[in-house]
Amino acid sequence: MLSKKLTTVSVAALVATAMTMPTQAREHIEIVGSSTVFPFATVVAETFGKKTGLPTPKIESTGSGGGMKLFCKGNGIETPDITNASRRIKDKEVEKCHANGVTDITEVLVGFDGIAIANSRIGANFNAMTRKSLYLGLAAKVPASATGQTWNEEQMIDNPFTHWNQVDSNLPNVAIKVLGPPPTSGTRDALQELAVEGGCKKFPHMKAMKKTNNKQYKSLCRTIREDGPYVEMGENDNLIISKLVNDKNTLGVFGYSFLDQNADKVKGADVDGSAITFDNIADGSYPVSRPLYFYVKNSHRGKVKGMNEFISEFVDEDTFGEEGYLVDKGLIPTPEAKRAKFASDAKNATNLKL
Amino acid sequence: MNNTDIVRSSLKKRYAKEKRFKAYGILSIGLSLFFLLFLLFDITHKATPAFTQTYINLDIDFSHKNLRLEEKSSYSEKELFNASYRKLTSKALYQLFPEVKDRREKKTLRKLVSSGAQYDLRDLVIANPNYIGTKQSIWILADDDVDTFAKDLIDRNLPEVQRRVKDNQIAWIDHLQAQGKIQKELNTKFLTQGDSREPEQAGIWGALKGSLYVMLLTLILSFPIGVAAAVYLEEFAPKNNWFVDLIEVNINNLAAVPSIVFGILGLAVYINLFGVPRSAPLVGGLVLSLMTLPTIIIATRAALKSVPPSIREAALGVGASKMQVITHHVLPLAMPGILTGSIIGMAQALGESAPLLMIGMVAFVADIPQGFLDPSTVLPVQIFIWADSPERAFIALTSAAIVVLLIFLFLMNLLAIILRKKFETRW
Repeated sequence: MLSKKLTTVSVAALVATAMTMPTQAREHIEIVGSSTVFPFATVVAETFGKKTGLPTPKIESTGSGGGMKLFCKGNGIETPDITNASRRIKDKEVEKCHANGVTDITEVLVGFDGIAIANSRIGANFNAMTRKSLYLGLAAKVPASATGQTWNEEQMIDNPFTHWNQVDSNLPNVAIKVLGPPPTSGTRDALQELAVEGGCKKFPHMKAMKKTNNKQYKSLCRTIREDGPYVEMGENDNLIISKLVNDKNTLGVFGYSFLDQNADKVKGADVDGSAITFDNIADGSYPVSRPLYFYVKNSHRGKVKGMNEFISEFVDEDTFGEEGYLVDKGLIPTPEAKRAKFASDAKNATNLKL
Repeated sequence: MNNTDIVRSSLKKRYAKEKRFKAYGILSIGLSLFFLLFLLFDITHKATPAFTQTYINLDIDFSHKNLRLEEKSSYSEKELFNASYRKLTSKALYQLFPEVKDRREKKTLRKLVSSGAQYDLRDLVIANPNYIGTKQSIWILADDDVDTFAKDLIDRNLPEVQRRVKDNQIAWIDHLQAQGKIQKELNTKFLTQGDSREPEQAGIWGALKGSLYVMLLTLILSFPIGVAAAVYLEEFAPKNNWFVDLIEVNINNLAAVPSIVFGILGLAVYINLFGVPRSAPLVGGLVLSLMTLPTIIIATRAALKSVPPSIREAALGVGASKMQVITHHVLPLAMPGILTGSIIGMAQALGESAPLLMIGMVAFVADIPQGFLDPSTVLPVQIFIWADSPERAFIALTSAAIVVLLIFLFLMNLLAIILRKKFETRW
């Protein structure tokens, strides 16, 4: 029975490997987290590997929330050393980290990412787009006053709009159709929190609701309509771009680096009168942009080979500075003073303060 | 009208019906063939640009000063590794285009060559230390934008803002092309390198090797266990026993369980309980063998069932023991069916990426895995990561990776066919 012998041997070998698993140190750095930071962190990892000859860090794209979960699991060597996030760490996550013994965390702001609202180059012009229009066009419920109803203006009704010019007469007369990421994506969070909620706040009674009933405010201001005009496309931004080319008046939502790479096919709309350009995102005048962070587990410094060197590489001026190679990949750098602060925090392992 | 008349009058109709029935079959085959050919054509067509790579010929000055090395007769590998290679290509480019003075313009000029060129030069110098102190004419890897442009995938008539390659870069490229200093070569990096964020440096070898490790482990684990389980259930297990029936029902159900469930199971059991490292081919192989087991068991049982009872009875009749009957007669005769089932299971596992997401194999891994414990990724995951990358040149690489996956699959099937032919017996 050759096969049975083989089975015994392989099972035995397996158990043996599982028992002798190294638990004290690791040769390579393990990074998890946001899919938005992924294209930048991978470039740094690769450069670090080639420059130093040390093993290239392994980077998993788990999403910001998923990364935090893995990161905060504990101090064991099997947990990740660094997590990327396309938003700041939440109080709840810090509490969870602390509860599991991960108390020494360094926060580094890498830079910014702009969210493009774009359509085909040959399509209609959406430069009159505002956050308010995005809210009225995409939210599940809108205030009755926005539809021209004069009684009971503050009542929230199901979104009745089908064309952009009904939302704002400056916008073209084309059907509302937006291709965007699914709820698991950080880009979707940014669309909801920065664009849609940003527009929602323009209604005084909604702004007032934030103070009185935050939960209801959030659900009303952030919920995207599900009656057809907003189409979830999965996390593949290249797919969104190829769909936009075929359907010239459809809008797509994706990160600035994809717009930068595909400027011959699609054009980004101005939002609140500010064009989506490198400079406008950097100085904050383009409203739909978000910070990109990474968080370091300081207890792993020294235990994992090359961790300090990798972090130094990431916060080097040649990397995340204004002329750095991440900028070529579409990252919008942080202002200089802030950069210096985060670079020294990163090198000195300064503990996070919220 | 008698019966013969009734039959005769309906005969025409029945013939027509039969013809239509046959036509439906032919039509279905034709349709699937058309789609298959269309798919193959589309993928290979899109993949073609990835099989060549643009190189730029530059005169590189390996002087001691440029390399920041002190003059001596021999250098250790470490000294050569730490020498400065960053500015070699830029200096050669400045020399070629002395009219470029502006800082911004110099930056765009530097970007004609790949950011990985300096590391290629480093490897070159380590391999040929006699280059130090000399000037060599070397073909340098071009940047992916230049490469895409040289393959006519960027329209030069578009306005400048809509192009990744700017007007001055086009002028430089035209100049280099006129001098014969730009050349397309076979893209060897694609088959020898690991993943990279620069399309011109990215290769499939890391993922291919990862897939090989994972498949090997899946085969080693699931084939013997699956066959042994099937032999017991089919030949030894008591019939009409509620416990055996329960096991059978469960195996059949497991074959239909969505693959991501196995990933979650693998995360909970192998990684969290046993401490197997994340992202390693070891845990990938373990998870995928769980997924493949039911398929192999079901196929093996069907193959064992199809061996005629006369074979068993004849063997028992001449005095063979039950074990001899199985190992000498039933298993060899069932082998073609068992192999077909195993290959189907393995092919499924090869294309799987969902369960690997849970165990950390959907990751950027630049280094080529050297064993079962190194972090690695697999072919379908590599395709997914490239398809999701913003750089334009990754579109061609994605298709090229699909071609590699298809070839892998084809070779696996070929092996199965050869083995099947070898074991096949007719009676």
